[in-house]
Amino acid sequence: MIEVRWHGRGGQGAVTSVELLAVSAIAAGKFAQGFPSFGPERRGAPVAAFTRIDDKKIDVRSGIYEPDVVLVLDSSLIGLVNVLDGLKPGGKVIVNTAKTPEEIRKDLNFNGTVATVDGTGIARKEMGVPIANTTMIGALLKATGIMELDAMKDSIEHRFGRIAQKNLNAMKRAYDEIKISK
Amino acid sequence: MGKRVGLEVTVAVAEAVALCRIDMAGVYPITPQSHIAEHLSNLVADGKLDAEFVTVESEHSAMSAVIGAAAAGARVYTATSSQGLMLMHELLPIASAMRLPITMAIANRAVSGPLNILNDHSDIMPQRDAGWIAVFAENGQEAVDLSIAAFKIAEHKDVMLPVSVNIDGFQLTHMVEPVILPSQEEVDAFLPPFVPHATLHPSNPVTMGAFSMSDYFTEIMKAKDEAIKNSRKVILEVWDEWGRQFGRSYKPVETYRAEDADILMLTMGSMGETAKIAIDELRGKGVRAGLVKLRLWRPFPFAELKAAVKNAQKLIVTDRAVSFGGPGGPVFSEIKSALFAQARRPSIYNYIIGLGGRDMAVSDFVGMFDQVLADRAQAKADTYEFWGVRE
Amino acid sequence: MALKTWKELPIGCVVFEPGSASEYHTGSWRSQRPVWDDAKCIKCGICYVFCPEGCVQQGEDGFFKADMNYCKGCGICAHECWPRAIKMVEEG
Repeated sequence: MIEVRWHGRGGQGAVTSVELLAVSAIAAGKFAQGFPSFGPERRGAPVAAFTRIDDKKIDVRSGIYEPDVVLVLDSSLIGLVNVLDGLKPGGKVIVNTAKTPEEIRKDLNFNGTVATVDGTGIARKEMGVPIANTTMIGALLKATGIMELDAMKDSIEHRFGRIAQKNLNAMKRAYDEIKISK
Repeated sequence: MGKRVGLEVTVAVAEAVALCRIDMAGVYPITPQSHIAEHLSNLVADGKLDAEFVTVESEHSAMSAVIGAAAAGARVYTATSSQGLMLMHELLPIASAMRLPITMAIANRAVSGPLNILNDHSDIMPQRDAGWIAVFAENGQEAVDLSIAAFKIAEHKDVMLPVSVNIDGFQLTHMVEPVILPSQEEVDAFLPPFVPHATLHPSNPVTMGAFSMSDYFTEIMKAKDEAIKNSRKVILEVWDEWGRQFGRSYKPVETYRAEDADILMLTMGSMGETAKIAIDELRGKGVRAGLVKLRLWRPFPFAELKAAVKNAQKLIVTDRAVSFGGPGGPVFSEIKSALFAQARRPSIYNYIIGLGGRDMAVSDFVGMFDQVLADRAQAKADTYEFWGVRE
Repeated sequence: MALKTWKELPIGCVVFEPGSASEYHTGSWRSQRPVWDDAKCIKCGICYVFCPEGCVQQGEDGFFKADMNYCKGCGICAHECWPRAIKMVEEG
């Protein structure tokens, strides 16, 4: 089982991303959970969202305290929130930022795998909006190998209709452009 | 054939309810139930569900509206949570006394105060004696299956009672997870059209909800008690039938690794799955631990419960609500009284857990087992405590 | 009439016989009765409108009277009658 914790701000689409990821994983025959940090929703406030994916039925229903992967949708949260909290030894951090993995490694004072991609820049170019939630799914899939990129196609099309292709393009670019440093 | 899809559980429940071809829904949105209300109203607005969606101004009105519509012979649905259920409270015994088959989802949430919105069972427990059948879902699939089966149980000619399907708020309602949604043909084959025992109609007038004095009130209460006790047989039949048709069968009490267990834990609702992992962990360490899951709360499954715990030395009952100043959690006192007259019964321990959304990890469940196993003198048997409370 | 046992009650205690409440004669509650003075009555019908029991009826001649099987003697008709055509008189 892989457990992912997403850090974002209310309104940046972390919950949409965990939903799309879970729906796609389930459609691909896997078992998955996608859920928000429970509680009131407040735009701009730091929020977390969670994904569990496994090849067998998932029984655990508690929160995720020791994620395998942490994905930071908004790099301004670094320093504000302890994004490394509970990260498993050997765990990965993926950050939406124009910085290099080495710079983020220094910011976080972290020795494990760090991956970065300018998701917001890509989203702005591909979709004309600075919302990188779907874009960063591409980064997550590349950094973890949970699923093929193609597995996202149906759920993205179902969710976004005529703007689906732009989302898919942005996701593909993040998949291709992510820089991973071990 | 059914379709395996990833859906938020509330959406899956609303889809399941639509497959039941309801005639009317009267729902007032409240966190964490709101997505049921929203999705049902979408289905009606999009023309995918041919039903009246009554936009009521409160939960009191929601329950009043479904009572009226059910009395007129409609297949009805509502859903609520916490304060909404409290506001419905005075109508709940009326619905059951009038023997109206209403299906209601309760997205279980802590009752104020303080205002909380997160999951526990303090909303359903005060409704225990309303005369409603009450079942608890453990996961999204169960929420779907038990919701559809609820209509069939409620509307059975030997039952004619309202049913609440309890679905833990957030832990279940806000989870996107795999769910097999049956096809329309499958649900049509399972669920026959509703045949009411009486209907309100101007051309064939009847009186429902008439006044009763002391000369009849006792007989009416007795009849209601017998009705809900008799529903047990139909509940078993309907769940078996569901199992035969869909391959997932349900029992009032289910167990996991309990047959040879020395120590058992009892859960209701979504925490059963996490507790299961704790059982496996304990078994791995050589502890003969097992799990008892109480799915049917009313009518209370006395025979099944007694059978499930008869060989255990110790039984840990978890409660998700408090009976302030009472003998322990409401489930605990129920289990104790169910086992009171048994010649041989386990020592019963009670932990009040997961209040107001307090998360329960696998280690919490293991911790409760460890504590009870360590209590060799049985000093804590028959008492209750708040798990994890800061002293 | 023997009272029914719990087993004999219809499901939900539905009363299938319409209008059966009319078997209950509330006229036995009455200690005063309304008496109409047709010489003062202008046939406005306000007594008919206000009677909470619905037992005031208009006769062929246009004047009103109450059905004493149901009139509880509440006096609302007399209170509302502005030409003062209705007087409440003691029973017995």
